Amino acid sequence: MSKAAELAALIGSQTALSNRNMISNGAKVIDQRNAGASVSGDGQFPVDRWKASKVGAGAFSMQQSSTAPSNFNHSVVCTVTTADTSIAASDEYSYRHFVEGFNFSHAKWGTSSAYPVTLSFWVRSSVTGTYAVGFRNNAGNRTNPSTYTISSANTWEYKTITVAGDTTGTWEGASNSTGVGVIFSLGAGSNFQGTANTWNASGTWSTASATQWISNSGATFYITGIQLELGETATPFEHRSFGDELARCQRYYQASDGTGNLLFFSGHVDSGATYFAQTKLTVVMRAAPTVTVGTELGKDGFAGAPSVSWQATQSIRSSNTANANSNQGYYFFRYEADAEL
Amino acid sequence: MNITSAQYIAPEGVNDSIKATIDGTEMSVPLDPANRHYAEILRQVAAGTLTIADAD
Repeated sequence: MSKAAELAALIGSQTALSNRNMISNGAKVIDQRNAGASVSGDGQFPVDRWKASKVGAGAFSMQQSSTAPSNFNHSVVCTVTTADTSIAASDEYSYRHFVEGFNFSHAKWGTSSAYPVTLSFWVRSSVTGTYAVGFRNNAGNRTNPSTYTISSANTWEYKTITVAGDTTGTWEGASNSTGVGVIFSLGAGSNFQGTANTWNASGTWSTASATQWISNSGATFYITGIQLELGETATPFEHRSFGDELARCQRYYQASDGTGNLLFFSGHVDSGATYFAQTKLTVVMRAAPTVTVGTELGKDGFAGAPSVSWQATQSIRSSNTANANSNQGYYFFRYEADAEL
Repeated sequence: MNITSAQYIAPEGVNDSIKATIDGTEMSVPLDPANRHYAEILRQVAAGTLTIADAD
Protein backbone atom coordinates (compact mmCIF):
# COMPACT_ATOMS: atom_id res chain seq x y z
CA MET A 1 0.00 0.00 0.00
CA SER A 2 1.33 3.42 -0.92
CA LYS A 3 1.92 6.05 1.74
CA ALA A 4 -0.97 8.05 0.31
CA ALA A 5 -3.26 5.05 0.56
CA GLU A 6 -2.10 4.37 4.12
CA LEU A 7 -2.87 7.95 5.05
CA ALA A 8 -6.28 7.78 3.40
CA ALA A 9 -7.03 4.58 5.27
CA LEU A 10 -5.89 6.17 8.51
CA ILE A 11 -8.07 9.22 8.32
CA GLY A 12 -11.08 7.40 6.92
CA SER A 13 -13.08 8.07 3.83
CA GLN A 14 -15.56 10.55 5.31
CA THR A 15 -13.33 13.05 7.06
CA ALA A 16 -10.65 15.58 6.31
CA LEU A 17 -6.92 16.03 6.78
CA SER A 18 -7.36 19.14 8.92
CA ASN A 19 -10.12 20.67 11.00
CA ARG A 20 -11.34 17.15 11.67
CA ASN A 21 -12.00 17.73 15.33
CA MET A 22 -15.36 19.39 15.90
CA ILE A 23 -14.58 19.72 19.63
CA SER A 24 -13.02 22.93 20.95
CA ASN A 25 -10.36 22.79 23.64
CA GLY A 26 -10.34 19.00 23.68
CA ALA A 27 -6.78 19.03 25.03
CA LYS A 28 -7.77 21.39 27.87
CA VAL A 29 -5.11 23.97 27.09
CA ILE A 30 -7.30 27.10 27.33
CA ASP A 31 -8.58 28.31 30.70
CA GLN A 32 -9.42 32.00 30.39
CA ARG A 33 -11.79 32.11 33.36
CA ASN A 34 -9.81 30.46 36.12
CA ALA A 35 -6.12 30.37 35.10
CA GLY A 36 -5.94 26.85 36.51
CA ALA A 37 -7.87 27.47 39.72
CA SER A 38 -10.45 24.98 40.95
CA VAL A 39 -14.18 25.59 40.47
CA SER A 40 -17.29 23.71 41.47
CA GLY A 41 -21.01 23.96 40.97
CA ASP A 42 -23.61 23.66 38.28
CA GLY A 43 -22.81 25.55 35.08
CA GLN A 44 -19.18 26.26 35.98
CA PHE A 45 -16.41 26.02 33.36
CA PRO A 46 -13.16 24.45 34.62
CA VAL A 47 -11.62 25.22 31.21
CA ASP A 48 -13.02 26.98 28.17
CA ARG A 49 -15.94 25.39 26.35
CA TRP A 50 -16.42 22.60 28.93
CA LYS A 51 -18.83 22.91 31.80
CA ALA A 52 -20.33 20.96 34.64
CA SER A 53 -23.91 20.05 35.23
CA LYS A 54 -24.94 19.22 38.77
CA VAL A 55 -28.43 18.50 40.03
CA GLY A 56 -28.47 16.71 43.37
CA ALA A 57 -26.94 16.70 46.84
CA GLY A 58 -23.52 15.58 45.67
CA ALA A 59 -20.72 17.92 44.62
CA PHE A 60 -17.48 17.76 42.70
CA SER A 61 -14.67 20.17 42.00
CA MET A 62 -13.05 20.63 38.59
CA GLN A 63 -9.67 21.99 37.61
CA GLN A 64 -7.21 22.13 34.77
CA SER A 65 -4.46 19.64 35.56
CA SER A 66 -0.94 18.98 34.33
CA THR A 67 -1.51 15.26 34.77
CA ALA A 68 -1.83 14.01 31.22
CA PRO A 69 -1.02 11.11 28.95
CA SER A 70 2.01 11.29 26.71
CA ASN A 71 1.59 13.74 23.85
CA PHE A 72 -0.63 15.99 26.02
CA ASN A 73 0.18 18.64 28.60
CA HIS A 74 -3.17 19.14 30.28
CA SER A 75 -6.34 17.44 31.37
CA VAL A 76 -9.30 18.35 33.53
CA VAL A 77 -9.65 16.55 36.82
CA CYS A 78 -13.00 16.19 38.55
CA THR A 79 -12.94 15.24 42.24
CA VAL A 80 -15.91 14.20 44.38
CA THR A 81 -16.14 16.61 47.34
CA THR A 82 -19.57 15.49 48.55
CA ALA A 83 -20.65 11.98 47.64
CA ASP A 84 -24.23 11.34 46.59
CA THR A 85 -24.93 7.78 47.74
CA SER A 86 -28.65 8.04 47.19
CA ILE A 87 -29.13 9.35 43.68
CA ALA A 88 -32.72 10.39 43.04
CA ALA A 89 -34.40 9.90 39.68
CA SER A 90 -33.96 13.57 38.79
CA ASP A 91 -30.32 13.85 39.94
CA GLU A 92 -27.66 14.31 37.31
CA TYR A 93 -23.92 14.97 37.31
CA SER A 94 -21.92 15.42 34.14
CA TYR A 95 -19.09 17.10 32.27
CA ARG A 96 -20.27 18.41 28.93
CA HIS A 97 -19.51 20.23 25.69
CA PHE A 98 -21.78 21.72 23.05
CA VAL A 99 -20.68 21.94 19.43
CA GLU A 100 -22.13 24.87 17.51
CA GLY A 101 -24.42 23.97 14.63
CA PHE A 102 -22.21 25.71 12.08
CA ASN A 103 -19.45 23.25 13.03
CA PHE A 104 -21.60 20.12 13.03
CA SER A 105 -24.17 20.58 10.27
CA HIS A 106 -22.06 18.65 7.75
CA ALA A 107 -22.88 15.50 9.75
CA LYS A 108 -26.42 15.89 8.34
CA TRP A 109 -28.11 14.55 11.47
CA GLY A 110 -31.87 14.66 11.30
CA THR A 111 -31.78 13.64 7.64
CA SER A 112 -31.64 10.35 5.78
CA SER A 113 -28.03 11.21 4.88
CA ALA A 114 -26.83 11.32 8.51
CA TYR A 115 -23.16 10.38 8.85
CA PRO A 116 -21.70 8.39 11.72
CA VAL A 117 -19.28 10.17 14.02
CA THR A 118 -16.45 8.89 16.17
CA LEU A 119 -15.54 10.21 19.60
CA SER A 120 -12.10 9.50 21.01
CA PHE A 121 -10.56 10.55 24.31
CA TRP A 122 -8.11 9.74 27.08
CA VAL A 123 -9.59 9.02 30.49
CA ARG A 124 -8.33 8.01 33.92
CA SER A 125 -10.28 7.44 37.13
CA SER A 126 -9.82 6.08 40.63
CA VAL A 127 -13.10 4.21 40.12
CA THR A 128 -13.15 1.40 37.57
CA GLY A 129 -16.25 0.19 35.78
CA THR A 130 -18.65 1.03 33.00
CA TYR A 131 -19.15 4.72 32.20
CA ALA A 132 -21.58 6.47 29.88
CA VAL A 133 -21.16 9.29 27.40
CA GLY A 134 -24.19 10.58 25.55
CA PHE A 135 -24.95 12.62 22.45
CA ARG A 136 -27.94 14.97 22.39
CA ASN A 137 -29.67 17.48 20.16
CA ASN A 138 -30.34 21.10 21.09
CA ALA A 139 -33.77 20.40 22.55
CA GLY A 140 -32.51 17.42 24.54
CA ASN A 141 -35.23 15.15 23.15
CA ARG A 142 -32.92 13.03 20.99
CA THR A 143 -30.14 11.27 22.89
CA ASN A 144 -27.87 8.31 22.33
CA PRO A 145 -25.86 7.01 25.29
CA SER A 146 -22.79 4.89 24.69
CA THR A 147 -20.71 3.09 27.28
CA TYR A 148 -17.00 2.57 27.78
CA THR A 149 -15.05 0.71 30.42
CA ILE A 150 -12.30 1.98 32.68
CA SER A 151 -10.39 -1.19 33.43
CA SER A 152 -7.52 -0.09 35.67
CA ALA A 153 -7.70 2.46 38.46
CA ASN A 154 -5.59 5.61 38.13
CA THR A 155 -4.28 4.65 34.69
CA TRP A 156 -4.69 6.56 31.44
CA GLU A 157 -6.79 4.64 28.93
CA TYR A 158 -7.66 5.59 25.34
CA LYS A 159 -11.29 5.12 24.29
CA THR A 160 -13.10 5.35 20.97
CA ILE A 161 -16.84 5.33 20.39
CA THR A 162 -18.61 5.39 17.03
CA VAL A 163 -22.22 6.52 16.88
CA ALA A 164 -24.63 6.10 13.99
CA GLY A 165 -26.03 9.40 12.78
CA ASP A 166 -29.59 10.17 13.79
CA THR A 167 -31.81 10.09 10.72
CA THR A 168 -34.84 11.52 12.49
CA GLY A 169 -35.55 14.11 15.15
CA THR A 170 -34.90 17.84 14.99
CA TRP A 171 -31.26 18.89 14.69
CA GLU A 172 -30.29 22.51 14.35
CA GLY A 173 -28.24 22.36 11.16
CA ALA A 174 -26.08 25.31 10.12
CA SER A 175 -26.89 27.82 12.84
CA ASN A 176 -25.34 29.30 15.95
CA SER A 177 -27.42 27.04 18.19
CA THR A 178 -26.23 23.74 19.60
CA GLY A 179 -25.40 21.28 16.82
CA VAL A 180 -24.68 18.39 19.15
CA GLY A 181 -23.99 18.01 22.86
CA VAL A 182 -21.43 15.53 24.17
CA ILE A 183 -22.13 14.61 27.80
CA PHE A 184 -19.80 12.53 29.96
CA SER A 185 -21.98 11.21 32.75
CA LEU A 186 -20.54 11.11 36.26
CA GLY A 187 -23.77 9.97 37.88
CA ALA A 188 -27.37 9.92 36.75
CA GLY A 189 -30.78 9.08 38.14
CA SER A 190 -33.28 6.92 36.34
CA ASN A 191 -34.76 9.92 34.48
CA PHE A 192 -31.51 10.15 32.51
CA GLN A 193 -30.97 6.45 31.84
CA GLY A 194 -31.76 5.19 28.34
CA THR A 195 -30.95 2.32 26.05
CA ALA A 196 -27.31 2.23 24.99
CA ASN A 197 -26.31 2.65 21.35
CA THR A 198 -29.84 3.63 20.41
CA TRP A 199 -31.44 6.94 19.56
CA ASN A 200 -33.89 7.63 22.36
CA ALA A 201 -36.63 10.26 22.02
CA SER A 202 -35.84 11.54 25.51
CA GLY A 203 -33.14 13.26 27.57
CA THR A 204 -31.27 10.09 28.48
CA TRP A 205 -27.51 10.40 28.07
CA SER A 206 -26.60 7.71 30.58
CA THR A 207 -27.54 4.09 31.13
CA ALA A 208 -28.67 1.95 34.06
CA SER A 209 -25.40 0.01 33.90
CA ALA A 210 -23.18 3.08 34.23
CA THR A 211 -20.99 3.62 37.27
CA GLN A 212 -22.28 6.23 39.71
CA TRP A 213 -18.90 7.90 40.08
CA ILE A 214 -20.40 10.70 42.22
CA SER A 215 -21.21 8.14 44.94
CA ASN A 216 -17.51 7.68 45.77
CA SER A 217 -16.10 10.26 48.16
CA GLY A 218 -12.76 11.60 46.96
CA ALA A 219 -13.00 9.82 43.61
CA THR A 220 -11.12 11.39 40.70
CA PHE A 221 -11.90 11.50 36.97
CA TYR A 222 -9.36 12.89 34.51
CA ILE A 223 -10.10 13.47 30.84
CA THR A 224 -8.31 15.02 27.85
CA GLY A 225 -7.61 14.56 24.16
CA ILE A 226 -11.28 14.64 23.26
CA GLN A 227 -11.93 14.49 19.53
CA LEU A 228 -15.20 14.21 17.61
CA GLU A 229 -14.91 13.58 13.91
CA LEU A 230 -16.96 12.47 10.97
CA GLY A 231 -16.79 8.80 10.02
CA GLU A 232 -16.18 5.50 11.74
CA THR A 233 -12.44 5.83 12.31
CA ALA A 234 -10.73 7.53 15.21
CA THR A 235 -7.66 9.36 13.93
CA PRO A 236 -4.79 10.74 16.02
CA PHE A 237 -5.73 13.79 18.07
CA GLU A 238 -5.55 16.98 16.04
CA HIS A 239 -3.37 19.34 18.07
CA ARG A 240 -3.99 22.96 17.11
CA SER A 241 -1.76 25.94 17.74
CA PHE A 242 -2.41 27.74 21.02
CA GLY A 243 -3.48 30.88 19.16
CA ASP A 244 -5.91 28.96 16.99
CA GLU A 245 -7.48 27.20 19.95
CA LEU A 246 -7.69 30.45 21.94
CA ALA A 247 -9.46 32.24 19.09
CA ARG A 248 -11.92 29.39 18.77
CA CYS A 249 -12.69 29.63 22.48
CA GLN A 250 -13.03 33.42 22.35
CA ARG A 251 -16.00 33.03 20.04
CA TYR A 252 -17.80 31.87 23.20
CA TYR A 253 -16.00 33.70 26.01
CA GLN A 254 -13.48 36.50 26.16
CA ALA A 255 -12.27 38.92 28.78
CA SER A 256 -10.25 42.11 28.72
CA ASP A 257 -6.81 41.75 30.24
CA GLY A 258 -5.01 44.04 32.64
CA THR A 259 -3.15 46.15 30.09
CA GLY A 260 -5.31 46.42 27.03
CA ASN A 261 -8.65 45.83 25.41
CA LEU A 262 -10.36 47.71 28.23
CA LEU A 263 -13.57 49.58 27.70
CA PHE A 264 -12.42 53.19 27.89
CA PHE A 265 -13.98 56.65 27.74
CA SER A 266 -12.11 59.97 27.91
CA GLY A 267 -13.18 63.55 27.21
CA HIS A 268 -14.83 66.67 28.52
CA VAL A 269 -17.89 65.84 30.60
CA ASP A 270 -20.74 67.92 31.99
CA SER A 271 -22.48 66.94 35.17
CA GLY A 272 -25.74 65.11 34.54
CA ALA A 273 -24.93 64.14 30.94
CA THR A 274 -24.59 60.52 29.85
CA TYR A 275 -21.53 59.41 27.88
CA PHE A 276 -20.83 56.31 25.84
CA ALA A 277 -17.77 54.28 24.91
CA GLN A 278 -17.57 51.35 22.53
CA THR A 279 -14.94 48.68 22.00
CA LYS A 280 -14.50 46.02 19.37
CA LEU A 281 -14.40 42.45 20.63
CA THR A 282 -11.32 40.31 20.09
CA VAL A 283 -13.10 37.90 17.74
CA VAL A 284 -16.66 37.79 16.43
CA MET A 285 -18.73 36.01 19.05
CA ARG A 286 -21.33 33.31 18.50
CA ALA A 287 -24.16 35.58 19.68
CA ALA A 288 -24.45 38.94 21.37
CA PRO A 289 -22.67 38.28 24.68
CA THR A 290 -23.73 38.70 28.25
CA VAL A 291 -21.27 41.17 29.74
CA THR A 292 -20.07 41.35 33.32
CA VAL A 293 -18.43 44.59 34.37
CA GLY A 294 -15.24 43.61 36.12
CA THR A 295 -12.77 45.67 38.04
CA GLU A 296 -13.25 49.43 37.73
CA LEU A 297 -9.75 50.71 37.13
CA GLY A 298 -10.35 54.42 37.34
CA LYS A 299 -12.70 57.35 36.77
CA ASP A 300 -12.94 61.12 37.00
CA GLY A 301 -16.14 63.09 36.63
CA PHE A 302 -18.25 60.01 37.27
CA ALA A 303 -19.55 58.79 40.63
CA GLY A 304 -20.91 55.37 39.79
CA ALA A 305 -19.64 52.40 37.86
CA PRO A 306 -20.47 52.34 34.15
CA SER A 307 -22.98 49.87 32.80
CA VAL A 308 -22.82 47.96 29.54
CA SER A 309 -25.93 49.14 27.78
CA TRP A 310 -25.64 47.48 24.38
CA GLN A 311 -23.80 44.52 22.91
CA ALA A 312 -23.53 42.72 19.58
CA THR A 313 -21.40 39.91 18.21
CA GLN A 314 -18.55 42.26 17.28
CA SER A 315 -18.64 45.07 19.84
CA ILE A 316 -20.03 46.25 23.15
CA ARG A 317 -20.94 49.71 24.43
CA SER A 318 -20.89 51.15 27.91
CA SER A 319 -22.55 54.23 29.30
CA ASN A 320 -22.10 56.34 32.40
CA THR A 321 -23.58 59.57 33.71
CA ALA A 322 -21.21 62.31 34.85
CA ASN A 323 -21.71 63.82 38.30
CA ALA A 324 -19.25 66.70 37.86
CA ASN A 325 -17.90 69.02 35.19
CA SER A 326 -14.43 68.00 34.08
CA ASN A 327 -12.18 68.72 31.13
CA GLN A 328 -10.45 65.40 31.72
CA GLY A 329 -13.32 63.10 32.51
CA TYR A 330 -12.72 59.41 32.02
CA TYR A 331 -13.64 55.92 33.09
CA PHE A 332 -12.28 52.53 32.20
CA PHE A 333 -12.85 49.01 33.41
CA ARG A 334 -12.36 45.35 32.70
CA TYR A 335 -15.13 43.18 31.35
CA GLU A 336 -16.05 39.60 30.58
CA ALA A 337 -18.19 38.67 27.56
CA ASP A 338 -20.01 35.34 27.49
CA ALA A 339 -21.76 33.87 24.44
CA GLU A 340 -21.56 30.22 25.47
CA LEU A 341 -24.03 27.66 24.29
CA MET B 1 -29.45 29.43 36.56
CA ASN B 2 -30.69 31.48 39.52
CA ILE B 3 -31.98 34.87 38.32
CA THR B 4 -32.97 37.11 41.20
CA SER B 5 -33.58 40.43 39.41
CA ALA B 6 -33.97 41.82 35.91
CA GLN B 7 -34.42 45.37 34.66
CA TYR B 8 -34.27 46.86 31.19
CA ILE B 9 -31.44 49.28 30.40
CA ALA B 10 -32.42 52.13 28.07
CA PRO B 11 -29.87 54.94 28.16
CA GLU B 12 -31.25 56.41 24.94
CA GLY B 13 -34.91 55.76 25.73
CA VAL B 14 -35.08 52.41 23.93
CA ASN B 15 -34.57 49.07 25.67
CA ASP B 16 -31.07 47.93 24.69
CA SER B 17 -30.34 45.19 27.22
CA ILE B 18 -31.29 43.82 30.62
CA LYS B 19 -29.40 44.32 33.86
CA ALA B 20 -29.83 41.02 35.68
CA THR B 21 -28.44 39.36 38.77
CA ILE B 22 -27.61 35.79 37.79
CA ASP B 23 -26.13 33.34 40.28
CA GLY B 24 -25.28 36.32 42.50
CA THR B 25 -23.45 38.34 39.83
CA GLU B 26 -24.80 41.44 38.08
CA MET B 27 -24.66 41.08 34.31
CA SER B 28 -25.79 42.93 31.22
CA VAL B 29 -27.83 40.57 29.06
CA PRO B 30 -28.45 41.43 25.39
CA LEU B 31 -31.88 41.09 23.81
CA ASP B 32 -30.67 38.24 21.62
CA PRO B 33 -32.66 34.99 21.70
CA ALA B 34 -29.46 33.08 20.89
CA ASN B 35 -27.93 34.31 24.15
CA ARG B 36 -28.40 31.60 26.79
CA HIS B 37 -29.04 34.08 29.61
CA TYR B 38 -31.69 35.97 27.64
CA ALA B 39 -33.29 32.67 26.61
CA GLU B 40 -33.48 31.68 30.28
CA ILE B 41 -34.93 35.08 31.24
CA LEU B 42 -37.62 34.66 28.58
CA ARG B 43 -38.33 31.14 29.83
CA GLN B 44 -38.73 32.29 33.42
CA VAL B 45 -40.89 35.25 32.39
CA ALA B 46 -43.15 32.89 30.43
CA ALA B 47 -43.31 30.59 33.44
CA GLY B 48 -44.37 33.51 35.61
CA THR B 49 -41.40 33.23 37.95
CA LEU B 50 -39.59 36.39 36.82
CA THR B 51 -40.61 39.92 35.89
CA ILE B 52 -38.44 42.36 33.97
CA ALA B 53 -38.72 45.81 35.52
CA ASP B 54 -38.96 48.90 33.34
CA ALA B 55 -35.84 50.98 32.77
CA ASP B 56 -35.15 53.84 35.15
